[in-house]
Amino acid sequence: MALEVTALALSIITASVAGLVGCFAVMRRMTLAADAFSHVALPGIGIALALGIHPLFGATAMLMFGAVIIWALERRTRIATETVIGVVFSTALAVGSLMSSGEQLVDALFGGPGVLTIGELVFGAAAALAIGLFIFTQRNRLILWLVSPEIAKTSGIDVTRLNLIFLMMFALTVALGLRYLGVLLMGSLIIIPAVTAKRLARNLNQMLGYAIGSAILATVVGTVVAHRVHRPTGPIIITASAALFAVSLIRRRR
Amino acid sequence: MPPLLLVENLAIAFGDVTVVRDLSFHVDRGDSLAIIGPNGSGKSVLFKALVGSVPFRGVIEWSPGVRIGYVPQKLDLERDLPITGNDLLVAKRRVVQSDQDVEALATRVGLSDEIHKPIGTLSGGQFQRLLVALALIGAPDVLLLDEYTSGVDVPGQQRLTELVSELRTERGLTVLSISHDLSVVYRSATNVLCLSRDHPCIGPPRKVLTPERLEEIYGAPVEFHVHGT
Repeated sequence: MALEVTALALSIITASVAGLVGCFAVMRRMTLAADAFSHVALPGIGIALALGIHPLFGATAMLMFGAVIIWALERRTRIATETVIGVVFSTALAVGSLMSSGEQLVDALFGGPGVLTIGELVFGAAAALAIGLFIFTQRNRLILWLVSPEIAKTSGIDVTRLNLIFLMMFALTVALGLRYLGVLLMGSLIIIPAVTAKRLARNLNQMLGYAIGSAILATVVGTVVAHRVHRPTGPIIITASAALFAVSLIRRRR
Repeated sequence: MPPLLLVENLAIAFGDVTVVRDLSFHVDRGDSLAIIGPNGSGKSVLFKALVGSVPFRGVIEWSPGVRIGYVPQKLDLERDLPITGNDLLVAKRRVVQSDQDVEALATRVGLSDEIHKPIGTLSGGQFQRLLVALALIGAPDVLLLDEYTSGVDVPGQQRLTELVSELRTERGLTVLSISHDLSVVYRSATNVLCLSRDHPCIGPPRKVLTPERLEEIYGAPVEFHVHGT
């Protein structure tokens, strides 16, 4: 029971940082890229399973590698980035699925049940702390960079480095959610609360607040409902999150 | 005293297309340099190179420690971003560790409550004013203004041009400004840099803004009205 509560606590923390990172990802216009990007974790999981190491390490390493690829490509042209994400990362999904077997695959795609290990908890807590700290210390730099890289540069910001660290934090956020949401759904927990918040908010603080709030709400409701109806948690969390987005559509725009 | 900005043999190319070639000029402290030229002559690209955001060949040398305020021509932003002018002004104030009064600055460019609205709801002119305010945070030594009054109403234009000239006299601010308004250039610039495919030239307005030169630059006769002459 104690471990279950800890696990729920960790998923709430994960949801919070997913909401935070999502805000900047959405404003950076990587709504679709975010989804395809999370697929790159799958071959990492496959390799890790084949080598007999923890799948989380394989996934994290592969996601970090993916972040560096996007970063390197974005330094060239913008169109190529979309193309490459579409091609390379979807191929990663195909290759990854060849490398893993039935049950492993379903767990990797949609998140697996089972008890969290102490190691996973420690990794989760440390990663969430790092991501949260990054967003709160860098939010002003991120905002200037989103609005205009030139204004950011003339404000003394190293935009190339900021972009790389942002993409790595994004990758880390995906890795955080793999355990309970899986490769296919983690991108959605990053994006959906953020687009919900974008509709409702009128300033940056509101957006961050609404994103965290709706991500947590979806996670708690999803976990409780999944428990009741004995279904996997991940898909229900995302459905709850999408329902909140649908509610946000009702609100009249400013 | 070394110049504030030294540009030597600058070339900027995107793939096979050379936008700027073999450009050399310098800017001294307190100068007001106007940059003119037809569309596509590389004016905005030159500014991007000056702030190090596009690759180039040649030399761009700013005097050490110089602080730049940059007003871009247009921004490619979604209209529904939940970011207010205040969010931007405060973000820059924190990043450059200034203690500037954001509200007072907004008033100075002619904005008031608008800074608390999402930037997508501002009119073109209000947004331009916001960008000027944003550039002024952190007490810059030099302003790069890329058609900073475009879309601003006439009283607003006067207010912004007066503000810039006040800052020049108050703080000895150096101004580099891209403009299509030749009569403003004639009145306010100390030097004019004209960019055109074949004839880049630099000199005081009286020398550069002659009918013959302008026809060379733009490839067609150009007339402009100098107020008060």
